[in-house]
Amino acid sequence: MGDMFAFAESRSGELRKVAFETVSAARQAADASGGGAVHALVLGAPGIAARAEALGRYGADVVVVAEHPGLERYSPEVFAATAAARLDAGAYRAAFFPASAEGRDLAPRVAARLGLGLASDVISVDVQNDAVLAQHPAYTGKVVVTLRLTGAPAILSLRPGALPAVEHPRAARIEAAAPAADPASARVVVTELAQQAAAKLDLGEAAVIVSGGRGLRAAEHFRLVEDLAAAFGNAAVGATRAVTDDGWRPATDQIGQTGRVVSPDLYVAVGISGAIQHLAGMRTAKTIVAINKDKDAPIFKIADYGIVGDLFEVVPRLTDEVRKARSS
Amino acid sequence: MKIAVCVKRVPDMELRFAIAADRKSLEQTGLKYDLSDFDGYALEVALQLVEKQGPGEVVLVSVGPDGVQETLRKGLAMGATRAVQLKADHVPVDGLAVARALAAELGAGGYDLILFGRMATDTASGAVGPMVAELLGLPCVTSISHLDISGSAGTARRDLEGATETVRFPLPAVLSIDEGIARPRLATLKGIMAAKKKPLEVKPAALGQVRLTIEAMALPAERTGPKFMGDGPDAVPELVQRLRTEAKVL
Repeated sequence: MGDMFAFAESRSGELRKVAFETVSAARQAADASGGGAVHALVLGAPGIAARAEALGRYGADVVVVAEHPGLERYSPEVFAATAAARLDAGAYRAAFFPASAEGRDLAPRVAARLGLGLASDVISVDVQNDAVLAQHPAYTGKVVVTLRLTGAPAILSLRPGALPAVEHPRAARIEAAAPAADPASARVVVTELAQQAAAKLDLGEAAVIVSGGRGLRAAEHFRLVEDLAAAFGNAAVGATRAVTDDGWRPATDQIGQTGRVVSPDLYVAVGISGAIQHLAGMRTAKTIVAINKDKDAPIFKIADYGIVGDLFEVVPRLTDEVRKARSS
Repeated sequence: MKIAVCVKRVPDMELRFAIAADRKSLEQTGLKYDLSDFDGYALEVALQLVEKQGPGEVVLVSVGPDGVQETLRKGLAMGATRAVQLKADHVPVDGLAVARALAAELGAGGYDLILFGRMATDTASGAVGPMVAELLGLPCVTSISHLDISGSAGTARRDLEGATETVRFPLPAVLSIDEGIARPRLATLKGIMAAKKKPLEVKPAALGQVRLTIEAMALPAERTGPKFMGDGPDAVPELVQRLRTEAKVL
């Protein structure tokens, strides 16, 4: 039996989807290994404690909340010191972080402070008696590596969306704590956090992603992709590197090895041939639909459903049919 | 200005991979190796900083077997001053062991900046940079898409999901560099010739205890190919039907 630790990421006073995923993964690992407790850690500006209760719904027994006016934004040194201090004080079997931009910055710092092993970008976890096994996609997703972590706690960062949050409701006990370092004396300071347009659904949060590639031929044709995304209702719009390099879409929309790595329930690839660099970013999507005029395009090799044809005819039709299906 | 750039030699990702008989490593036959993509950006940033900010040196450091010398020579041909190979039979998958070896080499080097690529393209972990920073007690900013250094402080921008952070930090610091910040230069023939004479030092890597090992490697379950392939817009109704009843995503 072992207790589990989960870092619950927040931004601008709200918990992020990955916070529920890490807590849920910690709950499942605890239950699978004899039913230890799950302790979550939240850091943020005063007010964040009001959000902490929601973590009980996904299986947190205790939520430690460190509020401080200096933690309105991410503070790597304070976050790392606080997470390391909590891990050092408990007897945890494993510690779950998100492999988000913040988690990828934080988890290695914590592992180094404690002299522990870190498995990054993990898609499945198996807690055994003497070790924790973690799978992660390597070599641009072309190889699945199972890592063996010895020593406790094993530090893991989870690929967003790969282990969906599952409800295991309980009344979490909320514990207030002080940050383990003074935010005012941090050397690295986030001076500004510029959010993109609030209306825009983030690629990591979306259940459905519709992505466009060079096959769209011009920036203005992305309207077809946007319309299809709108028809799904809960979809975000992504793009290939070729498209973001050409400035048709912002760089932050890029899905691939060098951009965002996503695992939505449904990925619709429009006019995307399927370069390795792109496949690395979306290979773990649960269902993949590809629309391309070239029947030999590599994207069809990993697609679950494909339509060979002119996207300028297929996509508007698909948009109509999806809209109809969702309103019936 | 004295800058270290830590680089990794990785297989060419365009190739097909096969798993070796031990089920925990890659079949080496047919693999080609090169500098990890993001490390090229880090090196370019270092070269530009030294060019702009006056006299200095750019030192390449890599952990691994003698094959990494080829990668280090490539970086020297691009313009780095000298290189250090921290020799190990293989590069451990445990990022902290690699970080320990790098920190032991870099700690007393008097570097203003220690740069990394955002992640190596093989493990896609991005952990070694911030680990080195923690081991050396240095400030660290990861995944930088824009960088300004002036005097003994810097400002960096990093992209998050749906947002951008601006980060201030003092020097010396450890930074990891995202792509797109500067296009890596190509080595000139003159550079390649000069690289042959540049110093490349070989030292043992002090890896320490390893807590993370490879248990198994496998090729991902092949998607069995499409469950449905249609032709043209007339195939759309069946696709939508299947998305509803089979994939249950509508």
